[in-house]
Amino acid sequence: MTGLQITFLVVAAAILASAVLVVTARNLVHAALWLIATLFGMAILFVLLQAGFLAAVQVVVYIGAIAILIIFAIMLTRRVMQDTGPQTNSQWWLGGLLAAALLAAIAYTLFRVDQQGAFPLANVPIPDSSLAELGKALVSPDFYMIPLVVIGVLLAVGMVGSIAIARDEREKE
Amino acid sequence: MEFLSNPIGVIRDWLAGLLSGFLPPDAVSLVLVILGALVVGALGLTTPLFLIWYERRLIGRMQDRVGPNRVGPEGLFQTVADALKLLSKEDITPIGADKIVYNLAPIMAVVSVLTMWAVIPLAVNIVGTDLNIGVLYIVSVGSLGTLAIMLGGWASNNKYALLGAFRTVAQLVCYEVPMILALIVPVLLASSVGVANPMSMQEVVAAQSGAWHEWFLFKAPIAFLIFFIASVAETGRAPFDLLEAESEIVAGFNIEYSGMKFGMFFVAEFLHAFTVGALVATLFLGGWSGPFVEQAPLLGVVYFILKAFAAYFLIILMRAALPRIRIDHMLDLNWKFLVPIMLAAIVAIAVTDKALPRATVGPLWNAVALFAANLVVAVIAVNWTSAAARQMRQADESRNPPGAAPAASADHGHDAPAPAASHAAH
Amino acid sequence: MIPLSWYLALSAALFSVGVYGVLARKNAVAILMSVELMLNAVNINLVAFWHYLTPTAVSGMAFALIVFAVAAAEAAVGLALIISIYRRRQTVVAEDVNLMKF
Repeated sequence: MTGLQITFLVVAAAILASAVLVVTARNLVHAALWLIATLFGMAILFVLLQAGFLAAVQVVVYIGAIAILIIFAIMLTRRVMQDTGPQTNSQWWLGGLLAAALLAAIAYTLFRVDQQGAFPLANVPIPDSSLAELGKALVSPDFYMIPLVVIGVLLAVGMVGSIAIARDEREKE
Repeated sequence: MEFLSNPIGVIRDWLAGLLSGFLPPDAVSLVLVILGALVVGALGLTTPLFLIWYERRLIGRMQDRVGPNRVGPEGLFQTVADALKLLSKEDITPIGADKIVYNLAPIMAVVSVLTMWAVIPLAVNIVGTDLNIGVLYIVSVGSLGTLAIMLGGWASNNKYALLGAFRTVAQLVCYEVPMILALIVPVLLASSVGVANPMSMQEVVAAQSGAWHEWFLFKAPIAFLIFFIASVAETGRAPFDLLEAESEIVAGFNIEYSGMKFGMFFVAEFLHAFTVGALVATLFLGGWSGPFVEQAPLLGVVYFILKAFAAYFLIILMRAALPRIRIDHMLDLNWKFLVPIMLAAIVAIAVTDKALPRATVGPLWNAVALFAANLVVAVIAVNWTSAAARQMRQADESRNPPGAAPAASADHGHDAPAPAASHAAH
Repeated sequence: MIPLSWYLALSAALFSVGVYGVLARKNAVAILMSVELMLNAVNINLVAFWHYLTPTAVSGMAFALIVFAVAAAEAAVGLALIISIYRRRQTVVAEDVNLMKF
């Protein structure tokens, strides 16, 4: 066990524990806080994977924008501090079974693949310039220029759409 | 001499030599990292003791008062006395409050500001850590502050605190957009100067250390202004103190906080304001660069602090001189004025820099061209917005002719001067 | 060095937790949060594969960025829908919004 492995195990345990709390917490704001903890753990994993840029983006986009938006929506749609009664629907056990079956299937496949050694590990260090390469690839017509433009359109459409949907009809006069 | 040119390095080597006698190398580097973090954190936490005094004295002068001048020489220890008072106060947690979140929020507020100092370079060899994504890191830890204020407002279980939390979302999340857009410009300009890693704070400073016209303040004044305005809005201070507007929602998000928990929000706010000054100094005013800094790197700390305090002075001046902005004006200013101008400025700067590159026209003319491009964008923006404001005013007047007594349902913004791009006609 | 399979196992577990959340939670906002968990699980996979299998190419990071953007758009539109439904029907319970149910 190296220090890195111990770090990974601790972070992974924290991520899983808070993820479970996200789906089980009764108080929705607490669930959102656990979601933030999960996302933060994910950012640490990205650092472990030497993708510091993605870790920073994770914190900006997920915690700084999405999580805050979710908390905002919870505050808007709930009366403050009143989360009583069951938070799961009547068929929650079916969902649990399905999720467990899915986990078992993936774990079995993973185990099989891992035993056969099917992952062709590259075993080369990550180049220092990978961030610059990513930037160039995102605007290069040979790589991801069109996806980037499509994402831009998607975000613009999403923004206009969400304003149009959430707008109060009565305000229009 | 070696110590004077690289004090941190000398201390680090000495400590490493001391520790490696009885610790494995991994543990030594871990201990050094923790010590470094403690030093940066302690520095950040003690600075507000001075900042608060400085700001109160300065505001006092601006308002024709004396300001605190009793405790210690010139009132220098007033903040220490205040901190002792806060510590001895009763620590109240409201009954309906969400205890964990309520106690977590002030800590998060301080941490989010403190962690920014990890990447701000004080001199060429004095920096917490020179991340290759430093500029992005600043944005990402800054967004945690929003979360802290919002959670503090929610967990207090008080309607005014909740209103403050709602305003926080409206204001802080919105003003992150022009701030991030403005941050693109120093990175862009640094990379066109030719540094290897334009997102690292240290190299942004290095890109500005050549001559006076290399400062990004001169190359991109619009980005500087917009970054400044948006960052001041991010700190939540006057004129953008809607989140704690005393006369409207009592004290906003921190209404229920008492004792040192309130003190932590207070410290976070002052430290954040100074951090904005430090960021402006680093990103636009050349950070530690200045004359003779190659011979004596420690001189860089002096230059950096001078520049940071100059920017901080501007922030205090804004706080003392401007009244609180109305909430719809605050949103309009962001979405209809800052964001479009910043987008136009990014395009103008990028195109100009590509059309008249440093390599062919030389650094000075490149800077002049960039300044001219900024000026053109500024003139167009001011013309456009004043035309739009005039149009709105006329539409307003045709509905409520001047002279007639304003009806009860008349636009309540009628008597307030509309900001650049005024609110939509009702 | 951390084995690749550890990351994959974590990602699988996280995805399953997300699936459970989507299927079992009543509140529409909670369902959205569970979807975010699933998207994050996918991101771990993408970045882990990039780190271990193709570190010299940038495709893994680019895909992860695309997932970020899609997640942001999804959260914005999803929450707008939820708030719109809440305005009209005073509920955010997914079961109660059953007009289109067969």
